[in-house]
Amino acid sequence: MEALTRPLAKLGKGTVDALSGIGYAAMLLVESLHLAILGWRIGQPLRLRAVFEQMRQVGVDALPIVCLLAFTVGIMLGIQFVSALGEFGAQSQVVIAVAKSVTREFGALITAILVAGRSGSALAARIGSMTVSQEVDALAVIGIDPVRYLVAPALIAMLVMLPLLTIFADAVAIFGAALYSAPALDVTPTAYMLQTMSLLTPGDLGQGISKSIVFALLITLIGVSTGFSVTGGAEGVGRATTRAVVLSICWIIIADMIFSFFLNR
Amino acid sequence: MNVSAPLIEVEKLEAWYGKRRILHGVDFSVNAGEIRVIMGGSGSGKSTLLRHMLGLNRPVSGTVKLFGKDIARSSEREKLEVRKRIGVSFQGGALLTSMTVGDNVALPLREHTRLDEQTIRIMSRIKLEVVNLGGFQDLMPSQLSGGMIKRAALARAIVMDPRLLFFDEPSAGLDPVVSAELDELILRLRDALRMTIVVVTHELESAFKIADTITVLDQGNVLMTGTTAEVRAADNERIQDLLNRRPREVQVDADEYLRRLVGVDA
Repeated sequence: MEALTRPLAKLGKGTVDALSGIGYAAMLLVESLHLAILGWRIGQPLRLRAVFEQMRQVGVDALPIVCLLAFTVGIMLGIQFVSALGEFGAQSQVVIAVAKSVTREFGALITAILVAGRSGSALAARIGSMTVSQEVDALAVIGIDPVRYLVAPALIAMLVMLPLLTIFADAVAIFGAALYSAPALDVTPTAYMLQTMSLLTPGDLGQGISKSIVFALLITLIGVSTGFSVTGGAEGVGRATTRAVVLSICWIIIADMIFSFFLNR
Repeated sequence: MNVSAPLIEVEKLEAWYGKRRILHGVDFSVNAGEIRVIMGGSGSGKSTLLRHMLGLNRPVSGTVKLFGKDIARSSEREKLEVRKRIGVSFQGGALLTSMTVGDNVALPLREHTRLDEQTIRIMSRIKLEVVNLGGFQDLMPSQLSGGMIKRAALARAIVMDPRLLFFDEPSAGLDPVVSAELDELILRLRDALRMTIVVVTHELESAFKIADTITVLDQGNVLMTGTTAEVRAADNERIQDLLNRRPREVQVDADEYLRRLVGVDA
């Protein structure tokens, strides 16, 4: 009997834990948005300096790696589409195929995965180590709301910088694809880029940007909620960091699939 | 000792961690101007009690009032006003590792006052001088020794000139000389700045050196509150065990022990 009930108990506990995690993240979201907008009323104003510092860390510092990977993905897409569409004599469709797949899908996805690995893990590690060393408690007793001080700036910075990084990644990826595909299509890279711009609609860009806003929320909330929940010293911080990255990437891909399903039917 | 309205009033405080009851209806109060030591062995509920007094944990039942305000049931604005009037020195210091010592000390001033930067720097340097850390403001916490970290944390705790100061295990991890220096510093602070001080500790020597009154906690119950002489003379067996460092006799029920080990309910 116990062999039957134990897995069921584990499943139940896992479900309850997952639901409480989602609830906690939702509470952090509401509280940080409330403090960001109305915190000044209760003596907890959002410090713009902290937001700009986070924007630098999340956005500016990520530019080189986003640039490198977006460029590589762009070339890869160019290679694949030139080859695959060439089999059907549809090489003329390479430009639109690359443009739509990058702006709707890959730009946002690659950027989000990179930022989850860089900034989501850093957020979980920072807040986790602050939690175990009682720095979070110290902030609270000093009269500084930890959510206002640690979460709100990161959330705002992520909501601003991830869409901007996505637009940047879109441009770099299309440029990469242009460099590879233009000779194969017998056009200049400039002509390739101009044709891309004429084929893209605001809806294509909007799809990627709206996804990136959701990804920004997921990365921040998973990072901070995992960080605040750390127990067990340095080992716990390590576990939380890994967990934050794995959870973020899983949720990003799941959210991407749901978005794609509803936006492209 | 100045006897007036209590700054801290704890009434029928109960705390639970899951199914484990940590505090069993704790009652006591702390008057203005006194140094109260809350003493007890490991697992007696000292740290949990401190967290409730700081408003970091919400009581299951009972109340904790600081300056007459029930901290758990106050609005955010009221809570903030109370917190501006208290200072806390945590066991490990809890300095923000991403900031210099000077920025750590200046943090409460930057967050809660409209003072200009020059004044904030001067005030934080004065507090660092008070704890004998003058000239260390540009170092990072990782560059300080354990005793220096505790003193820097103390400078941060007193930078807003609080009326009420809490210490969590001030002597923990320090050698006897540094620990004695910190005790002297606590006494000086009370005398010079007229603060009310609550110290949570299990260090007997330190406790009897600095305390005006002692609250003895055991397994979540207050055994007694009294002066150092009254505590020494207490005829309570548990208090005498604690003072004489006698281990508690544990009766082991072999069957119960085995059941707990294998995780089967009786």
